[in-house]
Amino acid sequence: MARKLPRKDVVVIGLGWTGSIIANELCDEGLDVVALERGPWRDTATDFNIGYAPDELRYNARQELMLRPAQTAVTARNNADQTALPMRQYGSFHPGNGVGGAGVHWAGITWRFSPADFRLKSHYTERYGAQSIPEDMTIQDWGLTYEEMEPYYDRFEYLAGVSGKAGNLDGRMQEGGNPFEGARKREYPNPPMMQTFGPTLFAETAAKMGYKPFPIPSSLLSRTYTNPLGVTMGQCTFCGFCTNYGCANYSKASAQTTVLPVLMRKPNFELRTLCEVLKVNLDSTGKKATGVTYVDTSGDEFEQPADLVILCAFMLDNVRLMLLSGIGKPYDVRSGTGVVGRNFCYQMANQVVGFFDPAKYNFNNFIGGGATGMAIDELNNDNFDHGPLGFLGGGSTRCAPIGAEPISKRPTPPGSPTWGSGWKKAMRDSYLSNLSVGCEASSYANRGNFLDLDPTYTDRLGRPLMRITFDFPENDVKMSAYVTKKVAEIVRAMGAQAIDENPRTGPWSVVPYQSTHVVGGTAMGADPSTSVVNPYLQSWDVPNVFTVGANVFPQNSGYNPTGTVGALAYRAADAIRSRYLKSPGPLVQA
Amino acid sequence: MTPSDAPKTGQPSVFHTSRRRFLATTAMGLVALSASGASAKILFGTGLPWDSGSIEPPRQVLPGPWTFFTPREGEMVEAIAERLIPADDLSVSGKDAGCAVFIDRQLSGHYGTSDRLYMKGPFQPGLPTQGDQSDLTPVVKYRQGLKALDDHCRRTMGGKSFTDLSPEQKDQLLAAMEKDEVTFDGPVGAGSFFSLILQNTMEGFFADPIYGGNRDMVSWKMIGFPGTRYDYRDHVLKHNQKYTAPPVSIGGRGDWARKG
Repeated sequence: MARKLPRKDVVVIGLGWTGSIIANELCDEGLDVVALERGPWRDTATDFNIGYAPDELRYNARQELMLRPAQTAVTARNNADQTALPMRQYGSFHPGNGVGGAGVHWAGITWRFSPADFRLKSHYTERYGAQSIPEDMTIQDWGLTYEEMEPYYDRFEYLAGVSGKAGNLDGRMQEGGNPFEGARKREYPNPPMMQTFGPTLFAETAAKMGYKPFPIPSSLLSRTYTNPLGVTMGQCTFCGFCTNYGCANYSKASAQTTVLPVLMRKPNFELRTLCEVLKVNLDSTGKKATGVTYVDTSGDEFEQPADLVILCAFMLDNVRLMLLSGIGKPYDVRSGTGVVGRNFCYQMANQVVGFFDPAKYNFNNFIGGGATGMAIDELNNDNFDHGPLGFLGGGSTRCAPIGAEPISKRPTPPGSPTWGSGWKKAMRDSYLSNLSVGCEASSYANRGNFLDLDPTYTDRLGRPLMRITFDFPENDVKMSAYVTKKVAEIVRAMGAQAIDENPRTGPWSVVPYQSTHVVGGTAMGADPSTSVVNPYLQSWDVPNVFTVGANVFPQNSGYNPTGTVGALAYRAADAIRSRYLKSPGPLVQA
Repeated sequence: MTPSDAPKTGQPSVFHTSRRRFLATTAMGLVALSASGASAKILFGTGLPWDSGSIEPPRQVLPGPWTFFTPREGEMVEAIAERLIPADDLSVSGKDAGCAVFIDRQLSGHYGTSDRLYMKGPFQPGLPTQGDQSDLTPVVKYRQGLKALDDHCRRTMGGKSFTDLSPEQKDQLLAAMEKDEVTFDGPVGAGSFFSLILQNTMEGFFADPIYGGNRDMVSWKMIGFPGTRYDYRDHVLKHNQKYTAPPVSIGGRGDWARKG
């Protein structure tokens, strides 16, 4: 029997990027806010101590900061005819755990989605005709425009101190920035990062071939910066222990380095760590949430009443909590009806590794970070004519050495031995003279890809695991083959002697790491028959429940998601502050 | 519920009652959620809590007796590490770099028993795309795999044990295991055992020396990885120029340590 606690105005589930931003905004509104975090407290001084933060075995190989499968796993299968089995260890993607969430170990690449992304189905229909969209491709519009998102992108970028170069300032194109980006009202808060040899060679070569390279927008900071909340961050040192690690320099933007020093001092904010929410409680009508039930480390259950419940956990957990709580109609793959779990998408992570003459090339790839590098956007989204190609979508292409910790980052040319003296020589020769160029590409929704509750496997608390049914749709595989071929042309022109081309091909496997950009499942949109939350991220069915995370993406763009996720947190906070609190209830009539 | 346990509205009763409960709870009823087995905490209006000791620093692995392997098993793993990473003009062997010590100490920790992984049943065979579905932990895989390897040698190599084989014979056998062309008795397949020991040997060779392998940063020196230096701002714009400073590890450098 759960013990009932005194009520709060707001309960926030998960204290990562989105939970921290929303909690801080709602505390400023004077509300009494409690955050429930399933993992431990984490901060820079204690947990990302510079003395032992650079530890590849602990943080990358053994995934110290990631969600442990013993706490929560997922099951996976490629299609509804297979039996899903648990990912006994996380491979393909790495959910975070603890305060800061996956925003602790992210790479820091901070894009805005393109204007066309937010009206994707309309855009493709207008440009290529309705028949260009395959029958089983369930892409859709977001129910809001890039112009509506712009102020929220701006707020997130200034919070995080993003270092970059504008390509489009209020419609005026800027030399050296991304010529394909939507118009922004002002420059990035910080200038671009310095560039090492590899990205510089990539950019010079790409420019000669007619591309327009620009610095990757980076939440690793190019200089010391104090954000609008008064929190100061330090300059990135290119330490090379970045993606999959916490930053010991206070130079990678995260909840820890941007929001928490302010939020944690607020008297109307309370955080309970190692407390896992079991479900959102609904009243007898099923149309109003009364709070949440959670369990702490003693195993005891608590009921936390609240007027407003905001799901800010990792996207898979947000979808799972909706299903476990009976919020929204679950998707049924056979009939194609229902919405919760629908439009689960991923990211097509394509890569080309170039092997250069070790006598002439020394890239020093250990000097780098998750977002230090150069990019081109000609191969992304609909920035090229898809008319004759037979597929839709594309990806952002970038050369960004993220570090070269040698357990995981010591590629050898195709055909090299994997052990023995032959391997040693090949590996030693390639270590400083290989260079990787990636194309992080779109993943478009498909009728057969979805999330639901597993019928067999349960977590430590006896609740069903989330079940992923997913494979790469034919469209996305064709797209990957195309963009990877284009990327390989650039790498060849850079002077590589040997090339390893890795376009993403099916079937999707849970084993090799690909990307943590799993998205969708509770799409946002203007039409309740194809979305779970309205354009203000408010549940259509239970209006005092909001959810923020990549789970509201209707499909994935050829960009990393965090910039958009952060902007959506500001969007939801603004909707609650300026509209919902004045008149609690649906912000959009279904 | 006793009256004193009842939450009282208007005061931070959640904190007080919960804290007492946590203090009274000595054993975790559930799986350990953090490295230190921390309990749930409530934090408010505190600023950033300096929680010293909440994360365990890594501890230097010391040489000494095996903690998991039997002497026979240790000898076999050393012999395998010596072939996977042979001594040549580039570096000492995997054995001399400490890879077997590394694996031994890893098997004695959480890695060996898979206690952070999802190990609930039912266990059933899956597709290659569904990953490892075995209920065997690395501890069991090593124990069974090494035994199966030795049995296989004695059965097919004229009664010789693995460590008695010539370097060429060892390489031939390891190559056959890699291709899964050898049949092992018992639950651990030759191919999957080879993958496991190759992965762990490489981890030991390239991980920070604090874990018992990569002795004297031998692999880092070989390839030119500077280790844990953590600040390269002065070299970012030195394009295509060799980085010449020697590597540093979590424990510092060998020549900083006390001699003897």
